[in-house]
Amino acid sequence: MAPVIDTLRLTAEGAKGLLERGEISAAELHAAYLDAIGVRDEELHCFLSTVDRPEGAGVPIALKDVISTKGVETTAGSKILSGYVPVFDSTVAARCKDAGLPLLGKTNLDEFAMGSSTENSAFGPTRNPWDPTRVPGGSGGGSAAAVSAGLAPWALGSDTGGSIKQPSALCGNVGLRPTYGTVSRYGIVAFASSLDQVGPVAKTVRDVALLYSLIAGRDPLDSTTAELPEPVRLPEADSLAGVRIGVPTELNEAEGIEPGVAVAVERAIALAEELGAEVGACSLPRSVRYGMPCYYLIAPAEASSNLARYDGVRYGPRVEDESYQEMVERTRDEGFGDEPKRRIMLGTYALSAGYYDAYYGRAQKVRTLIGEEHREALEQFDVLVSPTSPTVAFPIGERAADPLAMYLSDVLTIPSNLAGLPGLSIPCGLSEGLPVGLQLIGPQFGENLLFRVGHALEQALEFDTVPERLR
Amino acid sequence: MAISREEVQHVARLAWLALSPEEIERFAGELDKILDAIGIVAELDLDGVQPTSHPLDLVNVWDDDVPRDSLPREDVLANAPLADGGLFKVPTWRQ
Amino acid sequence: MSWEPVIGLEVHVHLKTRTKMFCRCAVGFGAEPNTRTCPVCLAFPGALPVVNRTAVEWTIKLGLALGCEIAEHSVFSRKNYFYFDSPKGYQISQYDLPFCISGKVLLPTAKGDRVIGIVRAHLEEDAAKTVHVGGRTGRIRGADHSLVDFNRGGTPLVEIVTAPDIRSADEAKRFLQLLRQTIVELGISDAEMEKGTLRVDANVSVRPAGSQELRTRTELKNMNSFTFVARGIDAEIARQIAVWESGEEVRQETYDFEAATGALTPHRAKEEADDYRYFPEPDLVPVEPPGELVERLRSELPELPSARIRRLEAELDLDRATVLVTGGLDRLWQETVSSGAEKVAAANVIANNLVGAGLDPAAVPAKELARLVDGRERIPRTAFDEAISKLADPGFSADPYLAQEAVSDEAELEPIVMRVLEASPGQVEAFRSGKEGLLGFFVGQVMKETQGKANPRVVSELVRTKLGS
Repeated sequence: MAPVIDTLRLTAEGAKGLLERGEISAAELHAAYLDAIGVRDEELHCFLSTVDRPEGAGVPIALKDVISTKGVETTAGSKILSGYVPVFDSTVAARCKDAGLPLLGKTNLDEFAMGSSTENSAFGPTRNPWDPTRVPGGSGGGSAAAVSAGLAPWALGSDTGGSIKQPSALCGNVGLRPTYGTVSRYGIVAFASSLDQVGPVAKTVRDVALLYSLIAGRDPLDSTTAELPEPVRLPEADSLAGVRIGVPTELNEAEGIEPGVAVAVERAIALAEELGAEVGACSLPRSVRYGMPCYYLIAPAEASSNLARYDGVRYGPRVEDESYQEMVERTRDEGFGDEPKRRIMLGTYALSAGYYDAYYGRAQKVRTLIGEEHREALEQFDVLVSPTSPTVAFPIGERAADPLAMYLSDVLTIPSNLAGLPGLSIPCGLSEGLPVGLQLIGPQFGENLLFRVGHALEQALEFDTVPERLR
Repeated sequence: MAISREEVQHVARLAWLALSPEEIERFAGELDKILDAIGIVAELDLDGVQPTSHPLDLVNVWDDDVPRDSLPREDVLANAPLADGGLFKVPTWRQ
Repeated sequence: MSWEPVIGLEVHVHLKTRTKMFCRCAVGFGAEPNTRTCPVCLAFPGALPVVNRTAVEWTIKLGLALGCEIAEHSVFSRKNYFYFDSPKGYQISQYDLPFCISGKVLLPTAKGDRVIGIVRAHLEEDAAKTVHVGGRTGRIRGADHSLVDFNRGGTPLVEIVTAPDIRSADEAKRFLQLLRQTIVELGISDAEMEKGTLRVDANVSVRPAGSQELRTRTELKNMNSFTFVARGIDAEIARQIAVWESGEEVRQETYDFEAATGALTPHRAKEEADDYRYFPEPDLVPVEPPGELVERLRSELPELPSARIRRLEAELDLDRATVLVTGGLDRLWQETVSSGAEKVAAANVIANNLVGAGLDPAAVPAKELARLVDGRERIPRTAFDEAISKLADPGFSADPYLAQEAVSDEAELEPIVMRVLEASPGQVEAFRSGKEGLLGFFVGQVMKETQGKANPRVVSELVRTKLGS
């Protein structure tokens, strides 16, 4: 008889071992997750669709629904893509297939990856497995919640302003936003082209590193990708001797950081010192204050253009009308939710005649400054640390009516994203019973370093990724 | 005021979004607040700073001029809301 | 008040690469609709562009041929607008950092070279094709619905923008002929207006002769031959002069020139001027053409048409040299002359018979052509015409045609000439009162009577003698 699989505890590495030793079959593994989904997903709503029969002999995976999967509906969380079934695979989906990873299903997200709580999904919110009255974070709340709730051993998300890192922080697991250009965007429903990156979500740093190694690397179909300068190394060491950790004042003392979050992060930093790291303060003088405004000019501008293709001509539901103009305008009005509309208008405005120089043009220059500040700090230090999110998971509905308040959820993840740098979020403690995430920011192509630091800290922190109420 | 109702209307037209008067009113208020917060980028002295269009310093990424298979037409039209004789059918331009 | 036209041209050249500009779908004519498409050129969610390297090289080559500076850092930009034929809702084009800038074309004229400035040449993708069903002659007006075929969408286009240096419709036509020949000789495009691989829009304004001001200009579109471009420009110049002279002002508008009627109809009315919101394409990285590439392309440039016209002018005259060079036949002429033909005669034969005939000059044996040129007055007209039509056939020989003799015996021809003159009293009258052009008519009639065997020169002299001129 097959061993009982505790999907809440099983890591991807663990599952891989079971499969390799023949202790379990891929079909049984897949079925175990489908069972768990059957038990818990009605409440949590992590999945928009699931796949019944596994194709592949490896560890099953959940994919955020911005990731095009051939033959499987891909909605980007929006009505305007309801019923859209791609006729091609995104590169990352193809690489997962090539690695033998069966698709479990597509996970819920804020519409077009725009949001920080998954409440902007056109198909209903996802709930945080630690407390279902609270958000799992966003935009990739579905993937993060699925991993923490034992509904998938690992998942892929996408991160533009923090959409992998922040949900991982709020759900208490590990999420990597890779260096821009190391993972292909081909087939990823585009939000902001110069910021979007697909990345792994899992329970452990090693799992994340393993998944990253399967998807990363130059793609000839995506002109903005580059080869990895060195192969991915799965971390093993538990010492941080020789590692210089920088603590940027502005990131760690930003307005809005809850005391419980600050305490958990400080404890993690102290632990790093015990492990042999050299810790020092540093400064990113303008990156935090001007990061949000810069992001909310660049991302919506690119989005306003990327979303222009949704016109009801070639795919998606169409609102019929007598004229082309009316058909397109009404299709877009009915198909897009409020947040995409807001960002389309914001972005169109920022690019429009007379405003380009003051808005988009300026933001591009601010971006240069932010990049320079990070590069300078990373000359003195190997990694920079901060809380991933200023707060723990907030109640569903609390910020939904106030876009600006919602945008502030990303104040700590945005700056390094603008700089194109990788960021790893690991759970470092609880505050009021809810997970706190620690953000590790590395230099360009510094994933191996992030994995090393993250793994050592993770071992020392011994955070239990299974939500208390599910143990 | 960072953005007026007329500007919101103009922008909605450029973006081909048919907004109702209620939506225009609501979005105008929200966008106004957002633009106020964003507007602080005006504070910085950016003289001589080059814009960043791409976070990675890549140039000259291209492909050789060698054909690859196109999609079979059934795939092309698989998600089409309306097709006719192998072409995408749409209402015509309003004069 | 005398007026001076101020004309600039925007020329779109369809590059004959094997694949599209940003995806590797094959390019070509005649495929079933929507069978040369992929997620990229269909703008499916998540699709991304990848630059066609050959298109970039050919653009640089063209820029060099137009005397342009090649940008060290060039960027693609998005031009945002909604239309049936633009599936992404934007076109990937170039805006502030095009591949080629500040060039010039020397247009040889009798009074020296006219310098036509080339402001820029940039690379972009073509739009898809839309068919409007139910309206008048396939136009949008009155159409019931529209059908879109994305096969053409994404084809590489080079857009060349000239400075407003052109001063007449005829000059525009000659410039276009020279430009077209240059493009064809570079091997980058077939550049045929009738097939849509070359498109021309004209920007036209007028100003008081001698002034330097630039008045409001209009745009002319949808002209599909060089002749129609010239006619359209002439019509628009006339219209604008009339507007100014009536005390009104020319408004900035776009017109379609209807060749059949000579009418200028305002283009589809746009609700408001498009704000294209250009910004650098984030899905593509900049192009920095390596120095060695540019130098290699420069070294591969053939001797350009303008230079060859000037060189040939010394041996012929400007008009003949221009016709031969812009017809791509000057090399054949050189070889024909080297084979013994007389220069002017060879030029006339080639210019009158081979330009626009669709023959491949490389397939024509120059020696045989030279013999034909020499013997053309000896042999019957019909024999000559037939020989010309078969010049490019494999293994062509002039022998069978030169063996035929045209009738040059005056005694034989005189009665026929008399018959023709007697049968056409009206034309004889007209000729005697000054219509010298009718000489051709009489000669033609005699040729008809003799089934083309008469020697036209002898006939012509006979007619003149008989009519006493």
